[in-house]
Amino acid sequence: MSENSEQTMLMMQGNEACAEGAIWAGCRFFAGYPITPSSEIAEYLSRKLPLLGGKFIQMEDEIGSMGAVIGASLVGLKSMTATSGPGFSLKQENIGYAAMAEVPCVIVDVQRGGPSTGMPTLPAQMDVQQARWGRHGDHSIIVLTASSAQETFEQTIRAFNLSEKYMTPVVLLLDEIVGHSTEKVVLPPKDSVEIVNRKQPEVPPEEYLPYRETEDLIPVLATFGTGYRYNVTGLVHDETGFPTNDPEKIEKQIIRLSGKIEKHRDDIIQYKTFMMDDAEVAVFAYGSVARAALRAVKDSREMGIKVGLITTTVLWPFPYDVILEAAKSVKAIIVPEMNLGQMAREVELGVRNQAEVIGVNRVDGNPIPPVQIKEKIKEVV
Amino acid sequence: MFDYLEYIRTRNFPHIWCSGCGDGIVLKSLIRALKKLEFSKDETVMVSGIGCSSRTPGYVDLNTLHTTHGRAIAFATGVKLANPKLHVIVVTGDGDATAIGGNHYIHAARRNIDLTVLLYNNYIYGMTGGQVSPTTPRGDKASTAPYGALENSFNISGLAEAAGASFVARGDVYHATQLEKLIAKALQKKGFSVVEILSPCPTAYGRRNKMAHPVTLMEWLRDHTVSITKYEKMSEEERKGMVETGVLYDEEKPEFSSEYEALIERLKEKK
Repeated sequence: MSENSEQTMLMMQGNEACAEGAIWAGCRFFAGYPITPSSEIAEYLSRKLPLLGGKFIQMEDEIGSMGAVIGASLVGLKSMTATSGPGFSLKQENIGYAAMAEVPCVIVDVQRGGPSTGMPTLPAQMDVQQARWGRHGDHSIIVLTASSAQETFEQTIRAFNLSEKYMTPVVLLLDEIVGHSTEKVVLPPKDSVEIVNRKQPEVPPEEYLPYRETEDLIPVLATFGTGYRYNVTGLVHDETGFPTNDPEKIEKQIIRLSGKIEKHRDDIIQYKTFMMDDAEVAVFAYGSVARAALRAVKDSREMGIKVGLITTTVLWPFPYDVILEAAKSVKAIIVPEMNLGQMAREVELGVRNQAEVIGVNRVDGNPIPPVQIKEKIKEVV
Repeated sequence: MFDYLEYIRTRNFPHIWCSGCGDGIVLKSLIRALKKLEFSKDETVMVSGIGCSSRTPGYVDLNTLHTTHGRAIAFATGVKLANPKLHVIVVTGDGDATAIGGNHYIHAARRNIDLTVLLYNNYIYGMTGGQVSPTTPRGDKASTAPYGALENSFNISGLAEAAGASFVARGDVYHATQLEKLIAKALQKKGFSVVEILSPCPTAYGRRNKMAHPVTLMEWLRDHTVSITKYEKMSEEERKGMVETGVLYDEEKPEFSSEYEALIERLKEKK
């Protein structure tokens, strides 16, 4: 058997699993700036990328590294950066540029507590709304998350695939626990992994329009240097890629930027349910907290409490329909998060007053232990 | 007759530059240099930031990338490193490159990555209405320095040289033939090269500083610039108020993107 058809079992840190997932996805360019707790991703890729003919650069700052990532992506290399809260804030303007110009790239944010310098070495989930709304202007964006090293490996590949498919920046939100925990990772047979590459134009250069409106709303951007000379700008532009002040064209572009993600919600959203069939109470969790929640639900079930669990690896677009479906059969949804209730707001929107939404929140730099969730389940039941 | 249109996207004309602006002279000088060097349009990328000069890419038939304010050099670094075969030209201004983008400017110079930076210096933030910039001469007026600039100004060519650039030149839009030659030299240089181009703004700078007429600004350039060779022979007294132009610095140094390619080759051999 070749190594392509065998699986490998390894002990890996979450951040390393992220870097390895990036390589599997075809990432060949990384630009970043040192920041705890994400630096291991940069260190790993600084070793591996040149061995694969790829490029690594430590830029002078967070803003520059986001710029370099976009530049490299336009030249055809799958590109990524990794950071934490303060760096994520600094990168936002250029992430908005990537959204506007529709340049695929992956931004990993290994979350720490904040605001400001906050808690560099302690976990939090305080960037989930920033990931969605951190830029000025209207647009949609895809935000993924992961709860383990294994899931980090898988979701990093998915982040690249979605970014190439939908021509958009994709944010992968880890937290310090996931990033820094070393645990078992099973690397699947190489040939079993689906890899998506962005489309290239099928028309000759003289007929090419980079932002032509297609049925799936996704543009086809030619790789720079391949004979299709066009213009990329952060200004509102029409299908030619040149700036426009035409109200009709402006509206068309802004609506399409959100539409291309929203139209494909069903393809993007991924969630799991556990023991929801007869549940009277549900827990909704994501990231490392999803693991504590699973323990809490299992323990509660052993005590005879009818509780179920919904976990997701996709935070945006948010699975409102899944929440509404659950709300119809449970009296309450408990949302444990390492913040003051950022995703509970979305759950509130999802339940449409058909169930109560109760937060379990922790912002002291400690993880949420299963017992804390279990106590809340007991209280609610 | 020289055919500029071969390089121009006429669909985007008329351009946005004010009458009397020097930026069109820079554009024509650049096109002549590109033509002379026979650069392939498909393999040339032009990257810009935000400002009047940064609108140039819209008018040039190349792969063009109009980025965020101050970040052109960072985007260009990604482009060049990702595909070192491409010629990468950065078009930027004094505010874009040396205020908001100052960090990228000095670090790209330090890295000595093969970019050609055309840095239009108009002493002002032109597009936003004439605010004071890092190159506004001390005492000159700007919309945010109504009593005259109190701060010292940058010598942006000197800054690039000190930071590690391998080629630094200064030209101006009065001396268009010299400018074309300087741009051509910069384009040919393997390494981080800067051409500082004095292209003063009659609308936002001249009007506030008793040089409202474009011709007055042109005459100022004629009378206050001097070639570096002459400048070096001048006395301290004669140098006062004069700006030296020409190739100010030219050295061979290891270039970053080719050093990286060499590393990849070295690692392959080790395997």
